Amino acid sequence: MNEMDLNTICFGMFGFLFLGYLLLEGFDYGAGMLLPFLGDSAEEKDAILQTTAPVWEGNEVWLIAAASILFTGFPHVYATLFSGLYLALLILLVTLILRGAAFEFRDKDSSIYWRKFWDWSVFAGSMAPSLLWGIAVTSLLAGLPIDAQKQFTGTFWDLVNFYTLAGGLVFANLFLLHGAVYLTLRLDRRLVPRFEKFGLAAGRYALLLSAGFIVLSLLYTDSAAKPVFVFALTVPFLAVFFCLRSLKKRQYRLSFLFSSAAVVSTVFAVLLGLFPRFVVSSQNPDWSLTIYNSASNPLTLKIITLTISAVLPALLLFEAWKYYIFRDRITASKSDHNPEKMLWAELRGQLGNLRNHSTRLLAIITKRKRAMKKLMIKTDKERQSSVILHLNELRRKIRYSQKVAATITKLLSILRK
Amino acid sequence: MDNTALLLARIQFGLTLTYHFWFVGLTLGLSLLVALMETFYVLRQDQIYKSMAKFWGSLFLVSYAVGVVTGLVNEFQFGMNWSEYSRFAGSVFGLPLTFEALTAFFVGSVAIGIWVYGWDKVSLVAHLVMIWLVAFAANYSAFWILSANSFMQHPAGFVLNNERLELADLSALITNPYLYFQYSHTVLSGLVLSGYFIMAVSAYYLLRREYTDLCTRSFKIGLACSILATALVIGTGHFYNQYLAHVQPMKMAASEALWETAEPAPFVFFAVIDEEKRMNTYQLALPSGLSLLAYNSLNAPVRGMNDLQAEYTQQYGPGYYLPAVTILFWSFRGMVGIGFWLLFLAALNLWFWWKNQPGGPPALLKVTLWSLPLPYLAITMGWTMTEVGRQPWLIYGLLLTEKGVSKIVSSANVWTSLLIYSGVYAGIALAAVYVALKLIRRGPENQQEQGR
Repeated sequence: MNEMDLNTICFGMFGFLFLGYLLLEGFDYGAGMLLPFLGDSAEEKDAILQTTAPVWEGNEVWLIAAASILFTGFPHVYATLFSGLYLALLILLVTLILRGAAFEFRDKDSSIYWRKFWDWSVFAGSMAPSLLWGIAVTSLLAGLPIDAQKQFTGTFWDLVNFYTLAGGLVFANLFLLHGAVYLTLRLDRRLVPRFEKFGLAAGRYALLLSAGFIVLSLLYTDSAAKPVFVFALTVPFLAVFFCLRSLKKRQYRLSFLFSSAAVVSTVFAVLLGLFPRFVVSSQNPDWSLTIYNSASNPLTLKIITLTISAVLPALLLFEAWKYYIFRDRITASKSDHNPEKMLWAELRGQLGNLRNHSTRLLAIITKRKRAMKKLMIKTDKERQSSVILHLNELRRKIRYSQKVAATITKLLSILRK
Repeated sequence: MDNTALLLARIQFGLTLTYHFWFVGLTLGLSLLVALMETFYVLRQDQIYKSMAKFWGSLFLVSYAVGVVTGLVNEFQFGMNWSEYSRFAGSVFGLPLTFEALTAFFVGSVAIGIWVYGWDKVSLVAHLVMIWLVAFAANYSAFWILSANSFMQHPAGFVLNNERLELADLSALITNPYLYFQYSHTVLSGLVLSGYFIMAVSAYYLLRREYTDLCTRSFKIGLACSILATALVIGTGHFYNQYLAHVQPMKMAASEALWETAEPAPFVFFAVIDEEKRMNTYQLALPSGLSLLAYNSLNAPVRGMNDLQAEYTQQYGPGYYLPAVTILFWSFRGMVGIGFWLLFLAALNLWFWWKNQPGGPPALLKVTLWSLPLPYLAITMGWTMTEVGRQPWLIYGLLLTEKGVSKIVSSANVWTSLLIYSGVYAGIALAAVYVALKLIRRGPENQQEQGR
């Protein structure tokens, strides 16, 4: 292997991991964006989340792997981009943190505000990354202000222009389509028509946007001269078209295949437009970061290449097995939402509370009685003793209610068995 | 980049990584213990071990989730705040991170999904394999992360080419002796934390006389883990420090507040440190103590900070090569003090267990319960000593911290990110504690059966 090939291979490996990330997290993000709107009841929202909850971590890890390849294989790209796109990445990270926490925390409390907060965290952690990746990836192609020392010289606003905003929308739209189609495969049949309808709507917009994206790419980038790039840009359009067609025919698997193809081919086209550059410099084409001028030494690239080729097949099999395990459609009314079971659980909780409350009441009464006795000399004795009598009665009643609660608890435990 | 930004970037790095390790430290050990409980369940088919694995597993998951989401920030932070460092060292330093992501983290995050949601989707044995994979991946992941850190502490396996580090020898990177001292000490500290975590939560129930059977068993597992791990963590700490005396004499001298080279050197229990005048205004010391601890000899000379400063000035040019002595001195003492207190506590608990009173008297249970913050404090102090003690170097002897920070990131941006991270991290910590307390109040047998 000579040095030149290694750089290309490493770029390809990075591209593969990044594509994998967007392909897999694409439907997670899509489903997450739909969560607050298309889940009508608490059960439906749970079901939508359940389709991604077991798999999202295994999907996000592709991003971590891609970023670490960038760090190791192309340190200049990693350093320039991450310090340059500072605020964009900050938003990305914060929303991803909230989304990740939501998956773990949301179902631990049944309060409506708690759930709402985490629902919207999932939404933000799906919406922001979709838009930001679209903006970021297209801005690499459109060019960023990078000087001769490989430093980013602009601000956050250099990221934002008509083309990159369109790129953000294209990504978000594709993920919405991808997510809706994914949900038609993973949810209870009763819920499928709703997502099918949404998928068709999103697909029409995606068709429009991917056509517009071809035109804008020709206008805003210098890659128009590359025939391969222009050709590659038409693939997403076709993929969206076939995705829509198969969705109309209710061929959900086929449709998912095409929505995956749409996501992959869009990112692939951009990477193709970039190659052999990584980041285009808008100040001087010679200052662009390329896979050669920003790479690590050959030994490092070689080790990365060998490691990925050794472990990736096993990892892919493992991931595939995971998707096979969680292939069943998720029903919106699972056994744990069985009202009878929930009532039993509630009763158990209430009984526990009752026992705690009465224990506390008893303690208060005892304390008060002691305090009373100390005051005995000062106040009227008759009134005193009548108060104490009442207190004693109260105590007896509380003890009695405690006994009742204990009996019910015992009964419950027998019933449960 | 100005000095404010440098300072803020350092604060951000310290805060986010310490926070990350509070949660990761617990998952390192707890994953192993949960895997052990599930193994008992599979071998003996006793439901109580299943309840145990599920209950401790649910608390483990809270910690795991926070560890995962904050890990993302760490990976991005090198590029965001420390981009010059990334340019300089990415080719070597990034490699362990790549190995970690591609092997340990990949396997762990796929396996955890199957473990959490697959209780009745895969066979018992496959499910057991998943938790062992998670536990193995977590501890294997620590190996790569610490090999990256060891490279910063004691660089190996590189060549300097065009003012940039390049990888020369991968095997030198992973056979770095620093790594083995650090790895054993860190993983054991995770086990100490997890052992005490299980003991403290079990103590809470034992005091309330709830779930006695389950909690007595858990308590025993926690106790066995903490006594072994605490003894070993103190032992590895001792050898780690002896090793530091050779490779990072400045760090050791600072953590002992030893200004002048001494022969023999005393062990200082308490000192009033004046960093301006470079001396201790008051100190309480045991003669020859440090010589004995560092070199196993009553008369061995130990180099002091002033001599080392002169030596480094000669070697690396003019500069100030002392870390923050007061912080180091007290962090070290705090960590060691807590270590011995935890060992004592574990031994006391063991004694009562020996006398067939597992858990011992309520007072002891209460002390065990309220000692839970101490291992957290100790690991914080340990990392403070390691990382603050590395200053002013980012890579020991190769790159100064001030040279590694991003050139183009303004202090306003670092302020923004620092404030936002602090707010979000605080919120996540509160939510995590709230959820954990809720799970604890709900108790082991009332675990929701949400396909988990």
